[in-house]
Amino acid sequence: MSFAWAKQYEPQTALTKWLDEKLPFPRLVYNAVGAGYPVPRNLNYMWNFGVLAGFCLMIQIVTGVVLAMHYAANAQVAFGTVEHIMRNVNYGWMLRYAHANGASFFFIVIYLHIFRGFFYSSYKAPREMIWLLGVVIFLLMMATAFMGYVLPWGQMSFWGAQVITGLFSAIPLVGEPLQVWLLGGFAPDNAALNRFFSLHFLLPFVIAGVVILHIWALHIPGSSNPTGVEVKQESDTVPFHPYYTAKDGFGLGVFLILFTFMVFFLPNALGHPDNYIEANPLSTPAHIVPEWYFLPFYAILRAFTGDFGIPFTDVVLIPAKLLGVIAMFASILVWFILPWLDKSPVRSGHYRPLFRKFFWVLVIDMAVLTYCGGAPAEEPFVIISQIATAYYFLHFLVILPIVSQIEVPKPLPFSITEAVLGKDKAAEAPRAGTAQGGDAGSLPDGSLQPAE
Amino acid sequence: MSIRLGGIIAGLAITAVLVLWSLVPGAYNYAFGPAPEKQPSYAFYEHGEGPAGGFSFDGAFGKWDYAQLQRGYQVYKEVCSACHSLKFVAFRNLQELGYTEAEVDAEAKSWTVPGIDPNTGETTTRPGMPTDYFPMPFANNIAAAAANNNAIPPDLSLMTKARHDGSNYVYALLTGYTEPDAEKAAKVGFETPLGLYFNKHFPNVNIAMAPPLAVDGQVTYADGTEATIPQMSADVAAFLTWTAEPSLVQRKQTGWWVIGFLLFATVLAFLSYKQIWAGLKPKKG
Repeated sequence: MSFAWAKQYEPQTALTKWLDEKLPFPRLVYNAVGAGYPVPRNLNYMWNFGVLAGFCLMIQIVTGVVLAMHYAANAQVAFGTVEHIMRNVNYGWMLRYAHANGASFFFIVIYLHIFRGFFYSSYKAPREMIWLLGVVIFLLMMATAFMGYVLPWGQMSFWGAQVITGLFSAIPLVGEPLQVWLLGGFAPDNAALNRFFSLHFLLPFVIAGVVILHIWALHIPGSSNPTGVEVKQESDTVPFHPYYTAKDGFGLGVFLILFTFMVFFLPNALGHPDNYIEANPLSTPAHIVPEWYFLPFYAILRAFTGDFGIPFTDVVLIPAKLLGVIAMFASILVWFILPWLDKSPVRSGHYRPLFRKFFWVLVIDMAVLTYCGGAPAEEPFVIISQIATAYYFLHFLVILPIVSQIEVPKPLPFSITEAVLGKDKAAEAPRAGTAQGGDAGSLPDGSLQPAE
Repeated sequence: MSIRLGGIIAGLAITAVLVLWSLVPGAYNYAFGPAPEKQPSYAFYEHGEGPAGGFSFDGAFGKWDYAQLQRGYQVYKEVCSACHSLKFVAFRNLQELGYTEAEVDAEAKSWTVPGIDPNTGETTTRPGMPTDYFPMPFANNIAAAAANNNAIPPDLSLMTKARHDGSNYVYALLTGYTEPDAEKAAKVGFETPLGLYFNKHFPNVNIAMAPPLAVDGQVTYADGTEATIPQMSADVAAFLTWTAEPSLVQRKQTGWWVIGFLLFATVLAFLSYKQIWAGLKPKKG
């Protein structure tokens, strides 16, 4: 779909005319990320991260495909082939550091993209499907990143694989056989390494496929914007190209400066030294920690230290380990119902004074969880991560529904144009008020009624 | 509405289970339970520092000190290589330390590597060639453990990347062999177990490696540098930094070109962004 005033693609040359008849690929690009896609004119820098995430996926696929040409997924030699890449392959060190830090930067970008979604309620109608697909992408990214971290076959690779597949062993009855089936053995070894490599190669292309769906779903209602007021008229939008291609170009430059700084000057800062020790099933590292981007969820996993049972008896209903696994998966799956937990008709956090405070508490809470996930399982970190975990679930499941019920939002601007220019001629024209006395147009869906 | 109600109930249930079955017993135990036992050895650990003045390759503009790398190689060859392998490094790589091709040839020949007799096919040994990798000091891990009081000397190729702040760690470890404070040790009943050695910079302060650099002048440097223990330690730490990451200096130098280009390109991108948007911005005043 597009707005009525969207520019139409007009092939200029004989070649593009011919191409447009046979396979209108240039038209597709023109309408997707070209002048044919009208975008709200007021997007701030937080809207750069979608394009950056796509760029990160490209970096990972390009560097990863080249690395795969030099890597061997065999437990006997995997560690050595990574060193072969670092020492003997031309610019192999650059490829590998770009790939390893690229994963970290992919997650930085994705977390900013997700928290942008939280603050501006990008998940709300009519954009629920974009959000749901985004959560699917995030889950696929986590699986891909975990399996990629196993491939160098260092100590953290091996023990990480042991711990993460061990999560499945917490499932009652089928848990233990399930873990053996996943690993292809009783412990991580060649079978596990081979299948992880195969899946690590496959999943990025699955991600690319879901990204296409994500962008497709985005183009149905069009991009959201910082006011949360829907597009009403042509003066609310600008064509994606050249306006946002230029802005994204600048954002990409800033991103690349930070990224290359890490690749060339601090390439191992985000990794763990133990992964430069070859995997050894007989020697357990002092602290097994996942990569930094999994730490908040790792903290939630470890927060459940007590079996859930009937007090003052030995009856255990759910063991602590299973509770932790359920909570860890639930902490991400809860995002799937987020569009229906937050009923406030106002999208943007700028106009939601109470919600905004809780949003920042959530940001701090995630930072605390990240820190506790990397800390040893000792007091006081255990108690802190338990409190932070409790807040995490209360935030999404209890606070958001209640806040959206009781909050009095600030008045919204009539339109994006008014928000940017301070006035909008269309706003002065006679218009229909609602029973509450507000502008029909001030509802977040424009002329539509809110979700309920 | 039912989703929100279900969500509130689920959220409260998760919190209740977490608080009542995990947080409260844990907090009670933390407040009133026995304090976790600490090994007496932790009282003797000291965080190690690098050599005074740092290494030449530190920092964003760091460069190799080739004379130091060559001295470090000499320490590895004459001391460390008796027990520690360097399996990811080949003799040909030594050319990166400033040796000429002929010197690398001669250096490789001075090592004995496993070979195969061309006439009988039996395993034998032969002088090394530049394409050979540094030989393993022991036939296998069992032999290594048997010869070293049950501890397997780790491969050193990646040692400085396999420890936090590795270059400084290696230096601190090699200079960290001292005697524990006798008074303190008697008080907490601390004793280094038989067959281990006290090293205040080793995480649990009891290390299986005997002091490898025990006396000044243990190595006679070809370039005449005085071979004090700190000097030899710094030199071999620098050499092991090179073995762990031969591309370290090239990486930093490439980085400046890349970032320089990106800064230039980003300024251009910013200016074109501002120019394209200039007509759209609300006029001031």
